[in-house]
Amino acid sequence: MSEGTSKPSSGRLTAIAPIIIVLLLVAVFAKRLIDVQDGLDPNQVKSVLLDTPVPDIDLPPLPERGPGLATENLKGEVTLVNIWGSWCVACLSEHPLLMEVAAENTIPLHGIAWRDEPQASLRWLARNGDPFDLIGQDPFSEAAIAFGVTGAPETFVVDSAGVIRYKHVGPITMTDWTETIAPLVEQLRQ
Amino acid sequence: MKIYAALSAVTLAVLVATTSYAVEPDEMLADPALEERARIISQDLKCVVCQNETIDESNASLAQDMRRLVRQRVLAGDSNQAVLDYMVDRYGDFVLLRPRVTGQTVLLWFGPFALLLLGGLIVARYIRRPSITTVQALTPEELAEVEALTKDSNTRNDS
Repeated sequence: MSEGTSKPSSGRLTAIAPIIIVLLLVAVFAKRLIDVQDGLDPNQVKSVLLDTPVPDIDLPPLPERGPGLATENLKGEVTLVNIWGSWCVACLSEHPLLMEVAAENTIPLHGIAWRDEPQASLRWLARNGDPFDLIGQDPFSEAAIAFGVTGAPETFVVDSAGVIRYKHVGPITMTDWTETIAPLVEQLRQ
Repeated sequence: MKIYAALSAVTLAVLVATTSYAVEPDEMLADPALEERARIISQDLKCVVCQNETIDESNASLAQDMRRLVRQRVLAGDSNQAVLDYMVDRYGDFVLLRPRVTGQTVLLWFGPFALLLLGGLIVARYIRRPSITTVQALTPEELAEVEALTKDSNTRNDS
């Protein structure tokens, strides 16, 4: 007599459990998609170096374009450090913006010529314009690894105490500049 | 026949050569013991460009430079752990091919085992649940009742 009617609630739960699981999964995936749409790239590595002092570097200059770039050049005022190379296609796409920033002449913009032939770097700058104040050569990625760089271009905002405050991965767009980097620089100056 | 032999040789070579290493002769350390340590460390470090290869396997230029740095640190007398820590300080846990057990990675490490355990429990419950209800022998009273019913099958018994 009691068979079959003993646990009706547990039976119902088992029946709807798969639906609940599917709905939960849909929610998780949907959140991920929305994140990506909002510009949160899940593949992007958040730098562990944020809010830590810039690494110790002492990079030689490009030939006849001295001096090079050392850690002490990144202290005393807010600076930008851009990792680039003549081989880097994406660097070319952000170059006009860097030229504009240099023309405004409001913030020192330093370059690290990453894994590049010095002559190739110089030719590239001669052809496309040279927005940099100081440039250090990094032929063996010593500075790049010290900065936790995964690809070029990357740009760091360093405050006046020589602490890394922001890292931008990939080419800087006008939107990145006006909405994120420029306001941050302004804020760090106060 | 010759072609057949050559084909088998190529096939064998492809089958045997499952892993290739990117370390070039001029990168290697002179001391074989230190070189061996550098290889071991390199196999724990992820190529941050390609992300699914160790720096030991990767031909990316940044991986090459990371191998060089690993060898410099080993030569300078760093322990294996110190070299890994050096990289983690710059790239975060992301650079390790075997993620460390932290609050963030605990699900990654033990989640599969928890799921296996859960699945096992569910299966065990299904197996233990008797599929056929065991039939108990009738009591003498019940037997008598059945007897009475079958004898008088046309009469309905409401009790």
